[in-house]
Amino acid sequence: MDLSTGLFIFMLATFLGLEIIRKVSPLLHTPLMSLTNAISAISVVGAILITGAQGATMLSKVLGFIAITAAVTNIVSGFLITDRMLKMFKKREARK
Amino acid sequence: MEHLGNYIYIVSAGLFILSLKWMNSPATARRSVFAGETGMLLAIVGTLLSHHIFNWEWILGAFFIGSAVGVPIAYIMPMTAVPQRTAMSHACGALAAALVGTAEFYRANQSHEILPTFVMVALVLETLLGFLTFTGSLMAMGKLQEVLPQRPITYRNQNAVNFTLFAIAAGLGIRLILVPTDVWIFPIFVGLALVFGVLLIIPIGGADMPTVIALLNSYAGLSACAMGFALGNSLLIVAGALDGSSGLILSIIMCKAMNRSFTNVLFGAFGQIQTSHAQAQQRPYRSASAEEAASILEAAGSVIIVPGYGLAVAQAQHKIRELYDNLMRRGIDVKFAIHPVAGRMPGHMNVLLAEADIPYDRLFAMEDINGEFAQCDVALVIGANDVTNPAARTDKSSPIYGMPILDVDKAHTVMVIKRSMNPGFAGIDNDLYYMDKTLMLFGDAKAFVSEILKELPAKVGV
Repeated sequence: MDLSTGLFIFMLATFLGLEIIRKVSPLLHTPLMSLTNAISAISVVGAILITGAQGATMLSKVLGFIAITAAVTNIVSGFLITDRMLKMFKKREARK
Repeated sequence: MEHLGNYIYIVSAGLFILSLKWMNSPATARRSVFAGETGMLLAIVGTLLSHHIFNWEWILGAFFIGSAVGVPIAYIMPMTAVPQRTAMSHACGALAAALVGTAEFYRANQSHEILPTFVMVALVLETLLGFLTFTGSLMAMGKLQEVLPQRPITYRNQNAVNFTLFAIAAGLGIRLILVPTDVWIFPIFVGLALVFGVLLIIPIGGADMPTVIALLNSYAGLSACAMGFALGNSLLIVAGALDGSSGLILSIIMCKAMNRSFTNVLFGAFGQIQTSHAQAQQRPYRSASAEEAASILEAAGSVIIVPGYGLAVAQAQHKIRELYDNLMRRGIDVKFAIHPVAGRMPGHMNVLLAEADIPYDRLFAMEDINGEFAQCDVALVIGANDVTNPAARTDKSSPIYGMPILDVDKAHTVMVIKRSMNPGFAGIDNDLYYMDKTLMLFGDAKAFVSEILKELPAKVGV
């Protein structure tokens, strides 16, 4: 991928993100942050590629190992805690 | 197979976008977690399918440990500790990005591969942002957990020291971009980024943590984005940019809610200077007992409760829910007015009240409820202070002048549950407490609400 394609994607994604996030209800700002946290742990992809490369050095493997662990912790705890929080938001009619 | 991976990445990016879009209302929000999880799963599967992956034992081991740590964190963490957990996961995310950048740098050097300049720029940004966000988030976490002092830690020439340090780090970064073979520079560069993260956060006080958390969220996203540029992976760029823009918007909202600018939050050391500002002279105020408070509430037609972080500290959410239920059964209209900076992170107060089973359609944001105070019989302030101070509207000399506040002073009667007359976070006296229509209810929030409830026998069948 060349630089201009990358910047192009970055520009579009940033504007899209700004528009979507602006519409998120202030009620949900805390779960939103947990969710984006989990999503940004997409860096796990980079960590897998570094660790799993053919002929990876010991340094690469160790750093990659720590990176995957940290990212997976974020993915797992981020999605689960977001769901736990969202479950608590109930409307009045839904209550007994 | 390489192509298959790219197509899977496109689906995954689409799911991430939908996931954020569905967060616009609590009704669709749970779908958004599902979309996010599916997107993540696809991204991982796509990566494993489209590349020749070796060293499986390392990868699977890390997945196992990460899940073993992540699951308990998600279930055990109390809702009052969510800000700390969020700071911790900013630290983890940033560390992951920074370490991948480091590994990539050394790999390229060892195999004598000359990285294109823009890849070097991305690598330097990724590691700089990653490492400074890592230590910065740990400091924020320490402050939120109250392991570290909440008050700003300042010293002479602080901003000059920080700026110099950052300039040196940036200079070394530029040098690395120009001469990527200068491997010895890299560890120094990393060290400076780590130290800078610490120095950036220590002068920031507890009251500014919501802004700082949002800002660190943005940095963590941007470092993942830089990784996307370094590795030529468009999915990373998209996900990182979404996270970066989300953090940016939240920190702008927080700044606006406190009438501060970014530079002021980062370099202003709020709360330090203003302590001397509190007026010394005693002014008369009125206080009331739980019994009097109960009879005023009973006679009211509408009540607006204004919760602040003091409520969560006193663990009073569940008692408030009982009070809410009791008053609603009497046909009294009860609403909650939530200031954007109530709590320790954006939206925190809503989560705490939702946990206590208060329906979310009774929680109102500042803009939506401010017009209603004038028609409301009783405003009950619990654990909130500066966000109700009318001086923000009227007193140009006040340090909080211009900050948007809840117009509590416009209610017919105001009741404030508070431990004592001591001023709050910003150390500013609150004019609201000295108004003729204000009654001060002294005591612990939880204990006092229980007292009120005792005076309000639950009526059955009304």
